[in-house]
This record gives sequence, C-alpha cells and structure tokens, in this order.
Amino acid sequence: MLSDITLGQYFPGNSFIHRLDPRTKILATLIYIIAIFFADSFLSYAILTGFALAVILISRLPLLMVLKSLKPIMIIVVLTLGIHMFTAPGETVLFTWKFLSVTQEGLELGVKMSLRLMLLLLFSSVLTFTTSPIVLTDGIESLLRPFKKIGVPAHELAMMMTIALRFIPTLLEETDRIMKAQTARGADFSSGNLLQRAKNMLPLLVPLFISAFRRADELAVAMESRCYRGGEGRTRMHELLYKGIDYAAFGTIFALTALLAFLRWGTALCAL
Amino acid sequence: MSIDIKNICYTYMRGTPFEKKALDDVSVSIDKGEIVAVIGHTGSGKSTLVQHLNGLLRPDAGQVAVDGISLAGKDAAAKKARQLVGMVFQYPEHQIFAETVYEDIAFGPRNRGFEPEEVDKQVREAMAFVGLDFETFARRSPFRLSGGQMRRVAIAGVVAMNPDYLVLDEPSAGLDPRSRNAVFKEIMALHKSRGIAIVLVTHSMEEAVKYAKRMLVINQGRILFDGNPADIFKNHQQKLVEVGMDEPQVFKLAALLRKQGMELPQGITDDVTLLQMIKKAKGWR
Ligand SMILES: Nc1ncnc2c1ncn2[C@@H]1O[C@H](COP(=O)(O)OP(=O)(O)OP(=O)(O)O)[C@@H](O)[C@H]1O
Ligand SMILES: [Mg+2]
Repeated sequence: MLSDITLGQYFPGNSFIHRLDPRTKILATLIYIIAIFFADSFLSYAILTGFALAVILISRLPLLMVLKSLKPIMIIVVLTLGIHMFTAPGETVLFTWKFLSVTQEGLELGVKMSLRLMLLLLFSSVLTFTTSPIVLTDGIESLLRPFKKIGVPAHELAMMMTIALRFIPTLLEETDRIMKAQTARGADFSSGNLLQRAKNMLPLLVPLFISAFRRADELAVAMESRCYRGGEGRTRMHELLYKGIDYAAFGTIFALTALLAFLRWGTALCAL
Repeated sequence: MSIDIKNICYTYMRGTPFEKKALDDVSVSIDKGEIVAVIGHTGSGKSTLVQHLNGLLRPDAGQVAVDGISLAGKDAAAKKARQLVGMVFQYPEHQIFAETVYEDIAFGPRNRGFEPEEVDKQVREAMAFVGLDFETFARRSPFRLSGGQMRRVAIAGVVAMNPDYLVLDEPSAGLDPRSRNAVFKEIMALHKSRGIAIVLVTHSMEEAVKYAKRMLVINQGRILFDGNPADIFKNHQQKLVEVGMDEPQVFKLAALLRKQGMELPQGITDDVTLLQMIKKAKGWR
C-alpha cells in the first residue's frame, strides 16, 4: 500500500560522486549555488548547465529520474518565466497582444531566472541522490562543529536528525502493517465525508502512536544503558577524511567558479 | 468451496534498486475445512503469500479466487469474498485501538455490517473461544492486559467476524509455552466446532506436524513441497536441511532410538504418541 513511497531519494551506487566525502559534496553544492549567481551571459549559463549534466553523467544516476525531481518546482519556474517576460522593462518589443507586450530583454531575463532555479534544484538533488541520509547528517554535524563555540548544538541536532531519519521507514512500515491489519478487519480509510474519514483514521492512529511512544521509550533506555551522554568527548567509528578525490572535486568546483567570475568581471579587469 | 491461487507473482518495490521478487509463479488451492501449515525460512515469502489470500496484496500476475469469486474486482462481491478470509498478523496485539476489549472485538463484525444483536453474539462467542471471561474482561481497557491476553483479544477480533477461512501468521511468536499451547488449543477448537479452514504460518516444525494434515514448504518465493508433514519430513529430509529447515525434535529422537535398536513405527508426530510407543516397545505399562 505504502510501498511506492520512496524515502529520501538516495540512489545507491559506487560512482566517483557517490564516493566523495559528504562534506565535500555539501560544500561543493553551496559553492555551485554561489557560482550560479555569478552567471550573467548565456555562455556562463551554458557552462553551468553542461557542468551539472556532466556531474549527473559521472554519478551514473538515471537522467530521467534526476529530471523528475524538478517536477515540484515546475509551476514556480513557469511563473518566473511569465512574470519576467511580461513585466521586465525593455526596448526591443518582440510582439504585443492586447495590453501585454514581450520584450527581448524580458524574455532573456525570464529564461535566465528560470534556468537558475532549475540548476539550483538539479544540482542539490544530485547531493541527496548520491548521499545516504545518515552520511549526510554526519557531514552536516562535522561542518557545524566549529559553530559550537557560539552555541550551535551540532551533535544534538545531528543526533535528532539521525534518529528521525532512522525511524521514518520503520514508522512507514508500521503504518503499512496496521493499515493492512485493520483493512482485514473491514476498516475503510478512503470513503465518507471529512469528519467520517477522520474518525475512520482512529484505528490506524491509536496503534501507531502507541508504537511510536514504545519505540522512543525503548530507544532512550537502550541509549542510556550504553552510557550515551551527548557529544562531549565521543569518538566515531567512521571518521570523515578528505581523500584525493575530494581535493580533485574541490579543485574542479573552484576552477568552475573562477571561470564564471572571469566571464563576468574579467573583461572589465583587462580593460583596466 | 476453496481458495484458489493460480500462477501468482509478486515483486516488492518494483522499479527501484531495492526490487525484490517475493513470489514466483505460485499455484495452490486451499479447501474449506483444511488445516494447512506454511513453513519456510525467514524471507522465503510466507507472509507475502498469505496476504494474497484476502486481497491485501494484489498479485502482479495470476488470479486469486475465494469460493469461485475473484478478489481482483472492486465490486461488492469481491469485497464480500475478501471478508470470508480472516487474517491474524504477526504480533496482532499491535493493532488494538479501542477503549474497551468489547469495542475492539466488535470493530470487525460491525464493519461486516452485522446487526447489533449479531455483533454482541459474535463478540461473546469469540471471547469464549479464546478463553477470555466476558464479565471480567469486556469492559476493561485492552492496554492494561498482559501480552498474552492482548494477543487473545486481537485473535478474538478476527474470529468475531465469523470467517470461513482463518489465516494466522505466526500466532504464537513471543508467547511462553503455556500460552502457546492454549492459543493452539483454541484455534483447533474453532476449527472443529465451526469447520473453518485454518492456514497457519509457523517457524516451528513441531507445530506444523502436530496440528496440520497438510504442509506447504516455501523456498525463495516458490512452493517446494506440498503434502503430509510427516511424509515430507521423512522423504525430503536432505532437501529441507539444504533450504534451512530442520525436522521436528520428536522425529530426531525417534530416529536416534531406532538406531539404538528400539522397534518404533514410522510417522510418530507428537511426544505423547512417542512416549506410548517407547513404553510399548519396552514392555512398560
Ligand atoms: N514491504 C516490503 N518491502 C520490500 N520488501 C519486502 C517487504 N516485505 C517483504 N519483503 C521482502 O520479500 C521477501 C519475502 O518476505 P516475507 O515477509 O513474505 O517473508 P516471510 O517468509 O514471511 O519471512 P518471516 O519468516 O521472517 O516472517 C523478503 O525477502 C523480504 O525482504
Ligand atoms: Mg512473515
């Protein structure tokens, strides 16, 4: 019943991108996002798009699957395009329809803005496609650690995220099981008016909450009996380590950023 | 009157890297009034198979019909056919939700559309079957009961729907030996008095030989053997060990005694009979 819900979107693999340190991937994604805002010419956008496609290719993810992750923002993309197209000021009028007119400048701006949005989402979804949620939180914790001094509870945040991520599939499985059990007893979760439906959910929600609380309780006891006491002085089984491929990845992304910066300001610099 | 499964296949998480073929071209027929044990090692597809018996899972290919009515449809006839098959899941006490034992057991029969008097009658009968005293337990909160008592409430909740076929997925998991025996005694009583068919998924070879006349051995999503439990254990011991199963302790003990030269007949399936036979062989009384 719930089997078609894929959780997170991790797509296991062993590509170059998969093997990168999570911190590398998080930082590289942030740098790429900044680089997007350097772009102003169509050449820059072409380079950015080419780079994103190359990364997807190297990660050996099915291209169609990655493109599908754009679906939720498609409305926003179309809206952005439309608003810029019709409202941006410009000289060269392409065509007019009643009171609406489309200028070349507006059209260009619209295309660029929607491209920005799509690239932003595309590149960050490569991060979540190639990094398992647990590894991702590890990376986030490690990156947040320096901010501990100003009071960011890095370890606690990461632990909460890890536990939540760990239990989402379990709870989904539990929901599926209870739904099946109640369906076998003739429960109906899909018909009737709103109030009726809410009432019909009780046989599902009550056992689900009970089991969630039971699990939380058991987990707390298990953690305490193994002397868990927060992040202070803890060592880890898998230390995150930057390797050769990480330096290569950083090199590439910095080179891309430098190229884009040059394309934008380089000519001005040369003229000086 | 029977449940007929024809060439069904089922795959979990189709189209993802986690794809798992759980059933592969399975055909089987279960007659009204039979007791069938389903055994197989962990992950062999037992639960997947039995969830097809009342349409909780829809096969990717093949048909399931109860008393000749296909479960594939969404019409009233298919719905009715599905309700002929009661299903007790692993750890059924996790499905309990109502404020009183009575209300929880009455949930199923009410959903079947029974009249209030009929619901009341079914609840009382079901409680009697599973050995819960009506006066003591009916008004109590099901969450204040012991694990074994909660298991009984859950089983009663399915029995009260008055099914023609009752599927139990490891009903004795996590119970102590005494509650285990009690649960089985109740199930057998139900089988005798109402003549309903029992499909029993179990990890215990003892339970399979003791209670079932017919046994399905599942391995990697296929039916490996289908027949009398004692015969299967006798004739296919090698193969059973290969697929990760062991013969019942009683069989092992009888075989050991035979090796020592004791005259014991073949096909002893339970401890009481074995004891009698040993006494007889030894001339004790
Ligand atoms: N919801 C699910 N999603 C994905 N795979 C599943 C799911 N349920 C079962 N499977 C897989 O299908 C196969 C058969 O599972 P099934 O639950 O039928 O086994 P089983 O014989 O009942 O095992 P057990 O004795 O442990 O209860 C297993 O390999 C299992 O990993
Ligand atoms: Mg199972």
